[in-house]
Amino acid sequence: MLLGFPLLSLAIWVPIVFGVLVLATGSDRNAPLARLLALTGAVLGFLVTLPLYTRFDAAAGGFQFQELVPWIATFRVNYHLGIDGVSLLLILLNSFTTVLVVIAGWVVIQTRVALYLASFLFLAGFMNGAFSALDALLFYVFFEATLIPMFLIIGVWGGPNRVYAALKFFLYTLFGSLLLLVSLIYLYNVSGGSFSLLDFYRLPLPHATQILIFLAFFFAFAVKVPMWPVHTWLPDAHVEAPTGGSVVLAAIMLKLGAYGFIRLSLPIVPDASHTLAGFVIALSLIAVVYIGLVALVQADMKKLIAYSSISHMGFVTLGIFIFNAQGMEGAVIQMISHGFISGALFLCVGVLYDRLHSRMISDYGGVVNTMPVFASFFMLFAMANAGLPGTSGFVGEFLVVMGSVRESFWYAAAAATTLVFGAAYTLWMYKRVIFGEVANSNVASLSDLAPREFVVLGLLAIAVLALGVWPYPFADVLHVSVDGLLNHVTLSKLP
Amino acid sequence: MQLTYLVVPLAPLVGAIVAGLFGHAIGRRGAHRVTILGMIIATIASAIVFFDVLQGNYYNGPVYTWLMSGGSRFEIGFLIDRLSATMMLTVSFVSLMVHIYTIGYMADDPGYQRFFSYISLFTFFMLMLVSANNFLQLFFGWEGVGLMSYLLIGFWYTRPTATYAQLKAFIVNRVGDFGFLLGMALILMYFGTLDYAAVFGNAGTLAGSTIEIFSGHAWSLMTVICILLFVGAMGKSAQFPLHVWLPDSMEGPTPISALIHAATMVTAGIFMVARLSPLYELSETALSFVIVIGAITALFMGLVAIVQNDIKRVVAYSTLSQLGYMTVALGVSAYAAGIFHLETHAFFKALLFLGAGSVIIAMHHEQDMRHMGGLRKYLPVTYWTTLIGAMALCGIPGFAGFFSKDSIVEATHLSRLPGAGFAYFCVTIGVFVTALYTFRLIFMTFHGEERFRSAAAHGHGEARAGDAHHGGDPHESPAVVTVPLVLLAIPSVLAGWFIGPVLFGNYFGNAIVVAPAHDVLAALGRHFHGALAMAIHAVTTLVFWLAVAGIATAWFLYIRRPDLPGVISRKAGFLYTLLERKYGFDELYQWLFGNGAVLFGTGLWKGGDLAVIDGVFVNGSAKVVGWFAAVVRRLQSGFIYHYAFAMIIGILVLLTMVFLA
Repeated sequence: MLLGFPLLSLAIWVPIVFGVLVLATGSDRNAPLARLLALTGAVLGFLVTLPLYTRFDAAAGGFQFQELVPWIATFRVNYHLGIDGVSLLLILLNSFTTVLVVIAGWVVIQTRVALYLASFLFLAGFMNGAFSALDALLFYVFFEATLIPMFLIIGVWGGPNRVYAALKFFLYTLFGSLLLLVSLIYLYNVSGGSFSLLDFYRLPLPHATQILIFLAFFFAFAVKVPMWPVHTWLPDAHVEAPTGGSVVLAAIMLKLGAYGFIRLSLPIVPDASHTLAGFVIALSLIAVVYIGLVALVQADMKKLIAYSSISHMGFVTLGIFIFNAQGMEGAVIQMISHGFISGALFLCVGVLYDRLHSRMISDYGGVVNTMPVFASFFMLFAMANAGLPGTSGFVGEFLVVMGSVRESFWYAAAAATTLVFGAAYTLWMYKRVIFGEVANSNVASLSDLAPREFVVLGLLAIAVLALGVWPYPFADVLHVSVDGLLNHVTLSKLP
Repeated sequence: MQLTYLVVPLAPLVGAIVAGLFGHAIGRRGAHRVTILGMIIATIASAIVFFDVLQGNYYNGPVYTWLMSGGSRFEIGFLIDRLSATMMLTVSFVSLMVHIYTIGYMADDPGYQRFFSYISLFTFFMLMLVSANNFLQLFFGWEGVGLMSYLLIGFWYTRPTATYAQLKAFIVNRVGDFGFLLGMALILMYFGTLDYAAVFGNAGTLAGSTIEIFSGHAWSLMTVICILLFVGAMGKSAQFPLHVWLPDSMEGPTPISALIHAATMVTAGIFMVARLSPLYELSETALSFVIVIGAITALFMGLVAIVQNDIKRVVAYSTLSQLGYMTVALGVSAYAAGIFHLETHAFFKALLFLGAGSVIIAMHHEQDMRHMGGLRKYLPVTYWTTLIGAMALCGIPGFAGFFSKDSIVEATHLSRLPGAGFAYFCVTIGVFVTALYTFRLIFMTFHGEERFRSAAAHGHGEARAGDAHHGGDPHESPAVVTVPLVLLAIPSVLAGWFIGPVLFGNYFGNAIVVAPAHDVLAALGRHFHGALAMAIHAVTTLVFWLAVAGIATAWFLYIRRPDLPGVISRKAGFLYTLLERKYGFDELYQWLFGNGAVLFGTGLWKGGDLAVIDGVFVNGSAKVVGWFAAVVRRLQSGFIYHYAFAMIIGILVLLTMVFLA
């Protein structure tokens, strides 16, 4: 370790420790202190991840910043951390988003403030853990642990139907991940008692076994992404979740699924991944087209953005399973970009919801007349969501389309329909909410962005534009990792 | 010199950012000063670049690497040759004129700063588009101008028609971009790069390649790529059947119609095909496709213009028709003629739009020509400049449009490509149609009786600004409006006289490639003996007399016998309705794609997500569990003797099994 700092551990434990401190502030009388502590924790948590980027060796393969400590010696479970380019970007995204959600919840959340803020800090730590774990059981623990804070966030601060949504979210994803656990234990046995992912990567497996493991993994990760047809928990969860919950859910939690494909499915069962790629691609394309059409007819803004998320995540799974560098790098960049854009869009809806307590498109109209600054930000993010070049939304979609045409013209054609659908559902919603005469007295009473909202949306706007105008530094850290993975995947693991 | 290339697009960008973000602080005057300053710098820099290129200089180089992926390097960079330099100069000059004009036109508008910011930003994207040295940057500019078009069509965002039109424009353009993106993907796949020079250099080696889009059908790769890219051009340059957005775009303020929807953005598709001539020359099928699409647009959109009463819509349909002419020129490999018409059209069509705008100001934002007439004596500058624009549009010998359009018609006549015969018919008849609708506009607006005096005549077209000064005679617009008219009227006459060097003097050099077998302009050049001879010779041609006949017909119908048009429209009921309804495309698309998509989406949502996935699988499995639990629960009755009984039975069963085994 350079300078002796276990950077990855810091990325995981700084937010968690601050989460404990925030919890310790207790009742809402100490809310100001809790907020201050939470912000400090989030900002520190982000700062400790920055050296990961600056000290990351983009030319080196394998996993960097590794830490290895025995954890449960009996079962040879290790606290083994390490990251490649893919994890690096996701950790940065996660830590960045956490800062934003802490600021975004500053005044909106007035009950059980400490618990709310601590949940996000815990979530950030767990997520960084999942993104950097190189031990399968450690990964599983972090992967599952993220469910708890999110369950609380939806269940406690959610909307009227929050219990149904929280349960649906919890059971859906838990059911998926139990199969994951079974497969990991199976791999533990076959590998002669190791939970190390690196050992799993070298483990030869017969084809039939690979297929079964792939399907078990697939169910866990497909639910998380979510892929059609196991996506229906997401719109409900988003609708009921408080704004911060939606932001983290869309921006980061969904990426755990795609990350699982990249970190577990592809390298552990490459032959099955190839065999079943067509199936995954088909589901991805259904997500792009089918969900694009479903998004078009939503009356609830949050539902619309949730469906839009599913459609955009379809690009991620498509990019992963076409097995070429442009597709894979496009998929990762799409994940980062989707984090910015969907986060920003949920925050935009949150801005409106905080004022009028409605998410229904029909309750708005002519918002630009009273909130011009907000309307400008919303326009930028809407266009980014529609994949306009110059914004981050374009980069990933562009690369995935470029990559998928190598597999089949029709993959690319189906994926490219998002140019039309994405523009249609996003801009149609924008038109109905923002443009027109002031629709009613509620809209007339709206006040434009508060400074705090301005800062949050402004930071995201900078991120969206930076990734759109110059994606080079983002993609630069990916090349070696992606090439390494693709090389690994081409080698058969059949015994 | 490289710095100058950068200054051209960046000066408008800086102006746009300053006016956009700090519009409040710098005020209205500050906003137009900073953006116009940016445009003046861009225009001067463009002129420097233009004259530098005329010296035979050339530049092709990167600015920065946008992205590396999969072994391909995607760069932002400039290709400065005669084609791009000509476009840069035209774009920045017309944009500068429009900026100045806007001071007068938008004088009372509350969104003044925003407007200047938008049009400068538009100019930035347009300049990035024309100066690109690769497909990716072209696409960046391409979508960027689409965004600005969207924002500007809906500039008056409280109007439902404007917000509808902007959405329609964006989505229809996206349908075109869908094709473009796929074409770009195929290029990257086969060439490994999106850089123009590298692609053109290797195009020959892939000319014979085939691709199986449908398995078992080997199609020429170049044909597929070129047609896909052309679908993008059909969207941006509003070619049939993706033309539907352009007429509606007239909801935007008039300076926008002049700048974006006549002079620059809509010609991006034309420019793109000319830029990609090395690819298009490799596929006669694609060229034929281009010819037919262009020919349909040229004639049938012109016909619609005859029955429009909104002054801006007449000019809009005229633009569609003229874009069709340019497209035909591209299809018959007369790229230089297409670009030449693009240039002359940029001047005279911007002039016509701005002239129409001047009329609209004088009429207090009335756009219906039935409520105008006799304006000639009140708006002399507007009248004469608009008349010059009209003559240029009709192709009266000596005016700019004559030279460019006549060479397109003649080039089409000479072409041997499939579809050229049909196109020749369309563009020839189109000349008559053009003259008819153009002079219908002139006569209805500037001649005849003064129909604007009746009280009912004050409709509210762009009823936003200037409604305060009703009453009194109409009066000429201020100098910021008329000076750009005059400045545009000059090239509307003179630009055509450069035809010799531009079309027949290998002006574009290596920027445009034409296969010898397709080179109709070379054949045409053998009969070319100078611009003056061409203009004199014109009076003996059919095309000239068709134009004269069109003007005469317009005069007869709208000056001599103003009662006739009504009679004709009643007699030719079906035909008239067909044209007035614009062949019904709007309704068809709205019904098929608009309502269709909503219906389909609702079906998938309610039927797929809610009924099947959630209803049957998710909640269904939860119900099964609940039902199962309900059954099992009965076993847990809570009575000790039930459990004891069950245990005894269990032990008996176990014992039996043990003993029997």
